[in-house]
Amino acid sequence: MQLCAKPAIPTRRGLLNGAAAIALCGPALAAEPAGIAFDSLYKSFGVLGFQFSDRVTALRGQSVRITGYMAPPLKPESHFFVLTREPLAICPFCQSDADWPVDIVVVFMKEITPMVSAGRKVVVAGRLEIGSATDAETGFVSQIRLTDASFTLA
Amino acid sequence: MRMTTLWIAAAIGGLSAAGPVAGQTIYPINRAEILEGSRFDFKVEFPNAPTSADVTVTINGKAPAEIFGKATTFMQSEEGQKHSALWLRGASLPAGNYVVEATQGTNKATVKWDVFATAQPRRAKNVILFIGDGMSVANRTAARILSKGWDEGRYNGELAMDDMSNMALISTSGSDSIVTDSANAAHAYTTGHKSCVNALGVYCAKNALTLDHPKVETIAEVIKRRGQMAIGVVTNSEIEDATPASMVAHTRRRSDFNDIVKMFHDVQPDVIMGGGSPNFLSKATPGSKRTDEQDFIAKFKEAGYTLATTKTEMNAAVAAGSKKLLGLYNTGNIDGAFDLRLAKKGTISKFPDQPDVVEQTRAALDMLKGNPDGFFLMVESARIDKYSHSLDWERSVFDTIMLDNAVKLAKDFAGDRNDTLIIVVPDHAHPISIIGTYDDDRPGQLLRDKLGVYAESRPPNYGPLDAEGYPTKVDTSRRLAVVYGSYPDTCDTGRPNMSGERVPAVKGPDGKTNIANEKDCTGPLAARKTGNLPFDANSGVHSADDVILTAMGPGAEKFRGHKPNTYVFRVMAEALALGGK
Repeated sequence: MQLCAKPAIPTRRGLLNGAAAIALCGPALAAEPAGIAFDSLYKSFGVLGFQFSDRVTALRGQSVRITGYMAPPLKPESHFFVLTREPLAICPFCQSDADWPVDIVVVFMKEITPMVSAGRKVVVAGRLEIGSATDAETGFVSQIRLTDASFTLA
Repeated sequence: MRMTTLWIAAAIGGLSAAGPVAGQTIYPINRAEILEGSRFDFKVEFPNAPTSADVTVTINGKAPAEIFGKATTFMQSEEGQKHSALWLRGASLPAGNYVVEATQGTNKATVKWDVFATAQPRRAKNVILFIGDGMSVANRTAARILSKGWDEGRYNGELAMDDMSNMALISTSGSDSIVTDSANAAHAYTTGHKSCVNALGVYCAKNALTLDHPKVETIAEVIKRRGQMAIGVVTNSEIEDATPASMVAHTRRRSDFNDIVKMFHDVQPDVIMGGGSPNFLSKATPGSKRTDEQDFIAKFKEAGYTLATTKTEMNAAVAAGSKKLLGLYNTGNIDGAFDLRLAKKGTISKFPDQPDVVEQTRAALDMLKGNPDGFFLMVESARIDKYSHSLDWERSVFDTIMLDNAVKLAKDFAGDRNDTLIIVVPDHAHPISIIGTYDDDRPGQLLRDKLGVYAESRPPNYGPLDAEGYPTKVDTSRRLAVVYGSYPDTCDTGRPNMSGERVPAVKGPDGKTNIANEKDCTGPLAARKTGNLPFDANSGVHSADDVILTAMGPGAEKFRGHKPNTYVFRVMAEALALGGK
């Protein structure tokens, strides 16, 4: 990513900025998105909520890559799954008293994709979105998402 | 804890298998014991969507509206479903015996209610209800061995919960099933009614929406409606979890956490402490689990509550004389005693200043005890159950010791006052037993070689006790052999899991079946066990075994012999004289 020409100062219009970066960098960016990690998503993590880390805030709208575990998916093929820091032994989708960890990342795929078995370690690349959003189809509320994403087994 | 949708599917399947014509169903159900003057929703469901002219309902031979003094409502094809319903929300009755008959054609359904009065004068100023979630007899025995010691067949001390004047054997089944869950089980204590798995403060009718089912009043609501007593709800689970929620909630589905937060706000117990903060935060806040914009932190502050997010803030609120406190100490469950003291795993690094149940109980008592009209305090040690689900008996027993230390505080408070009823009771059991000790010095390479039974079950050599009665070392060479009677495919290491709460099974490749967690299968003694539970189970299950209740103080003498769980509500209501208008 350092190799490609891009606007020197990222603007707050992250989405546009990301789009511009893609246009400028082309395949180079797609090949090498910025890595983020579960350990550094938040700079504060408390009872009253979280604050995204400066790096995550700065990468908003840009192409990123993160490694995590695929939670048990709703369907064998889906455009959507939940990425967790640790493998989940339970399936919050299937068990009404089970709940999601608070630091999940929700992944919206480019296209409907066969899921791998739950608990597999995967590397996901996609465009980073942060802030509260409610999925129109499922009602699932998320704070941090990768969109137009794809994944590979880690 | 674990209640699958299979339960509901099985219940519905069972009904339809019984025949195409189900009978009329009357709520409250047969043999209900109802506190005089308490509010309940009266509902009769008629199959095949009859008109009101096709049915007759009487109570003691009279029209319901005459008995209740309020009009009933008839809904043909309620919610577009294939049944009709007669409703009266918010009914109440004077003491007496009632026979309710619902006639539809040639079918007549009959239920009987016992509406009970409570004698004046009120005998207890305060009630403290301790719930050891899932606390089975072996939990008590193991807690006594670990925290008091054992020598030549005698214990070197009694648990605070053992040393009480009265005891009873309590049965915990719900109306729908032999084995119940913590929602319905706690609901029996807080409402006096038997309901079904997953339900809180409602009977399980045919309504489509979880919040529409026929409600019954909780003890916190009765108290708030009648007078000036203060109320405390203390747990180390998420505050929205089943047991604490049973104080305020009315829902068919215990996982309605966001609704349950609103119900806490509606009832406004004076002291509310536990984990589970994300459901209080507006969805605009990162870390929220709400699906709306409501900010319940702000709403509770507006209602006069002090907010505490750490032990330090909790103690500061007490020192400052707060009488209304919202204490939220973790986004999930508060860490248990084993992790707070020994292992330092779980979420200790994220939440380094969490109070345990004992510290919470002390703070709650300090805030509530000055109330002139007394208080009702529920204290739950929630993770006794959660750790037994994980087959992690050491953590379960440490939290039993923690509950006992909280009971000791309450007994010290009650002292010679003779105005405080203290009850210690589990909500249901787990199939857990002590079968001997594992001794690493025994010959052989397998876990079962290390097991000493009968004459060879020599006492364990756990490390010395700390000031609060917890052993300071449990990963020793001779340890209690504690087994669970229900398990998925799993591996038993025969030792405490110092690296965090045990995960007995994980999802298999098919995404449905659970298989042993291989992390536990590689140790020197690890014993692979083929599960005895349905394949979708990932943890141990509750058992229908009766549980031991102990009690002391005014009203406690009523606990003797064998009683249904609903009887606990009745004794508390009688001690506080909660009957009447």
